[in-house]
Amino acid sequence: MARQSGHEPLDRAARKPGGSAGPRPTNAGPGRVLVAVYGLFALAATARAGVQIATKFHEAPLAYLLSALAGVVYILATVALARSERRFALLCCSVELAGVLAVGTASVIDRAAFPDATVWSGYGQGYGFVPLVLPVLGLLWLRRTGRA
Amino acid sequence: MTPHGVGTAVIVTSLLAAAWCLVTTLRKRAIGIGELVAMAIAQALVMAQVVISVVHLARGQRPAELVTFVGYLIAIFLILPVAGVLARLEPTRWGALIATIGCVVVAVLIVRLDQVWTGVG
Repeated sequence: MARQSGHEPLDRAARKPGGSAGPRPTNAGPGRVLVAVYGLFALAATARAGVQIATKFHEAPLAYLLSALAGVVYILATVALARSERRFALLCCSVELAGVLAVGTASVIDRAAFPDATVWSGYGQGYGFVPLVLPVLGLLWLRRTGRA
Repeated sequence: MTPHGVGTAVIVTSLLAAAWCLVTTLRKRAIGIGELVAMAIAQALVMAQVVISVVHLARGQRPAELVTFVGYLIAIFLILPVAGVLARLEPTRWGALIATIGCVVVAVLIVRLDQVWTGVG
């Protein structure tokens, strides 16, 4: 695999102060797949929230604001993983997992509060449950690359 | 009847390309020229679909959700080229997986494009 070669500048970014010799970059190999999928969801969630808020905010303000929040978290997670900012990526993935679990549970318990779907309602049902799987994969990947 | 003449052709070719890229992924290879040609064929059909949709819009027909529809048009136009470039940047099986995902996403987006035009879903 090409993980050892060709990514020197990115490797260096991964070994900033705090990250001693150990951790591998989070943006190579399987990590690049994660970055790509995170980027896709960043785009999808942000664009969807943007359209919803601009055109019909009054219909379901809570759902649309949560969509926007999800979009922002996806953008930050994409950037963090792409730049091997491990601690920030850990924070983003954790917030994301908490968000999808909280919003997923809330949307199942109280359907009336979520008249229109968000990325996270029904645990990401509308998106093939990818929003539920993605933060778990992100956390596993961070753990795996963290062990030198 | 929705104005999506080549939608089915896009779905078939993109899923075939996805299957090919998936086989490459499972064989732990990087994608080669064959997969790229398959993706290029799918992309050509995507571009035909985008042109057809734009012509319909220009003639004054309106989808149920115009802004979302245009957003999907832009996204579907970009997915395969971006997936192809990323797959070449990561010349391992993981690049092939990115190409696989890109092809599947195009098939899903075509279905969504249709739903957004008719206002279903």
